[in-house]
Amino acid sequence: MSSISIRNVRKAYGKTQVLHGVDLEFADGAFVVILGPSGCGKSTLLRMIAGLEEITAGEIRIGDKVVNRLEPRERGCAMVFQNYALYPHMSVAGNIGYALKVAGVPKAERERRVAEVARVVGLEDYLSRRPGELSGGQRQRVAMGRAIVREPKVFLFDEPLSNLDAKLRVQMRAEIRRLHKRLAATSVFVTHDQVEAMTLADTLVVMNGGRVEQVGSPAEVYHRPRTRFVGAFIGAPAMNFIDGAMTPDGFNFDGRRIAVELPLARAHAGRPVALGVRPEQVELVAADSPGALPATVDFVEELGAGRVVYADIDGLPFAVALSEETDLAPGERVGLKLLPQSLHFFDGETGLRLGLAESVETSRAAVAAA
Amino acid sequence: MEKRAVFRAGSLAYLLILPQLLLVFVFFYWPTGAALYWAFTLEMPWGGGNQWVGLENFTAVLKDGKYWSSVVASCVFAFAATALALAQALVLALFVDRQLRGSRGFRSFYVWPYAVAAPAVSLAFRFIFAPETGLVAFVNQWWPGLWNPSINGAQAMALVVLCFAWKWIGYNFIFLLAALQSIPRALMEASAMDGAGPLRRMLDIQLPLLTPTFFFLLVINLTESFVGPDSFGIVDILTEGGPANATNLLVYKIYSDGFKGLDYSGAAAQSIILMLLVMVLTFIQFRWVERRVHYK
Repeated sequence: MSSISIRNVRKAYGKTQVLHGVDLEFADGAFVVILGPSGCGKSTLLRMIAGLEEITAGEIRIGDKVVNRLEPRERGCAMVFQNYALYPHMSVAGNIGYALKVAGVPKAERERRVAEVARVVGLEDYLSRRPGELSGGQRQRVAMGRAIVREPKVFLFDEPLSNLDAKLRVQMRAEIRRLHKRLAATSVFVTHDQVEAMTLADTLVVMNGGRVEQVGSPAEVYHRPRTRFVGAFIGAPAMNFIDGAMTPDGFNFDGRRIAVELPLARAHAGRPVALGVRPEQVELVAADSPGALPATVDFVEELGAGRVVYADIDGLPFAVALSEETDLAPGERVGLKLLPQSLHFFDGETGLRLGLAESVETSRAAVAAA
Repeated sequence: MEKRAVFRAGSLAYLLILPQLLLVFVFFYWPTGAALYWAFTLEMPWGGGNQWVGLENFTAVLKDGKYWSSVVASCVFAFAATALALAQALVLALFVDRQLRGSRGFRSFYVWPYAVAAPAVSLAFRFIFAPETGLVAFVNQWWPGLWNPSINGAQAMALVVLCFAWKWIGYNFIFLLAALQSIPRALMEASAMDGAGPLRRMLDIQLPLLTPTFFFLLVINLTESFVGPDSFGIVDILTEGGPANATNLLVYKIYSDGFKGLDYSGAAAQSIILMLLVMVLTFIQFRWVERRVHYK
């Protein structure tokens, strides 16, 4: 069992820098999901942990050992690849047992362990098949079996579910979760799918452009996005943004004002600020209700369990997620009531959440008072 | 209704394929047919009539001890040249695939020999390996008479094998390199994660996945070395079948018997036998060797 610590890790290909100093600490046995859009460096980071990419600068430790200069096989990691990377000329048993064969494990013990792993991943009846004769889900299981048979200290998953259909993906997600509970090895899972990330993670790392944007539990990341990017990236339908400016008495845009907690408004008065509101945290009210923003309905998207109303506030698009039925028609006037506790403010220049420092102080004060 | 373009005018279709058919007929079926006919007749050396002799040409060839020594020489040449060309090409392809410094240049550099005509290659080899004046003549200074392919049959054979292999390495190399590069990187990475070092990865992953290409090259190389124009050109320039018929390959013997000895009928019979031999050999390869090939 091993923790992973990543200190100021950088990666450059020639002059192009793809990771700009990443600092992360993963606790022993944690399930960490690294989430980000394609090209954000998440896979590169994973491959650097695995030893498949050289580390340009910085330090990666697995357990208490610096692994920068170690070969992949010396790091005690197992990896599940995006397209499984099964050996096409070997049977399922051959694929699962290959690492043991390379390690020189005697044949009898090898067969015993392969059989045991095949039982865990539900492939007992397929041991003599070739990967080409298996379905996508079964190949995925072989890839997992190949990873577990080595009893690694660290599991690495590189977008392993992206080639599966939606139903199978949900099923495999649950299986990965179950497997992690059972093996308790530190797992790092890279994905660009936020649902996968939210459901699997103990710790969620959101990356963008070679930098870590936020680290936290899925709920934390959802409820208190640290940057505008995280707010926009997590949640579907995506968070609404209104660009404006902060004044001592509130948030102003387009000649309108939204009331804000006074300390926050005063601290950031005069700054350009973006207001973020999640579609599911807006109430739809009558157009003339006091304090509501008047808007016009563009169209309604029916999702079965819910529906999303796309409206605009004088040309500014704004989505509202509703759980109840609605008979709104395009062109209808409605009022949008923003709930004060669900407003997210981000600095217009840095994109950082406003009140990060204050909130820490407030919570400290609360702890002290208690 | 199935949407498919159907040409009702059958004659147009035949008209369109006629030029190609004509070419195939003139340059393939006609000569083959003529050879087949000559093999069963006795052709006059200066033309002007022939005589049906049945299988006599074949029995004469098969009874000839020189013919059988030529068969042996051809087999030795074909298997040795193929083995050498494939093994060397594999080594080079594996090195270039590892993307060592400068491998980009070698990738195109190694193909060049294949672009050189066999007689030109042979001429160069003749200069390099000439026992008195060539680049390797110094061995005869150390040990007089050590190297002389014009009197030593084994050395002459080694020389033509070397020459053929040198030319064909480039061809094999490019196929093997392409095959190596089509092996997904992730497979090599997976085996690295599984603990296999570079040598182990080569033996367990790369070589098994190369077998389809290897099999294809085996068939092509064997066929080429038995009947290909390169074998003929190399022998013609380097040894002319000598010394003492040591390098008198079947293709060369057909030429020298037919055009130098003016025994058209005997040469025709030999061509038919050679054709059958290559067919049998190819059949054997598909029947027994291909089974061990892993297609994905």
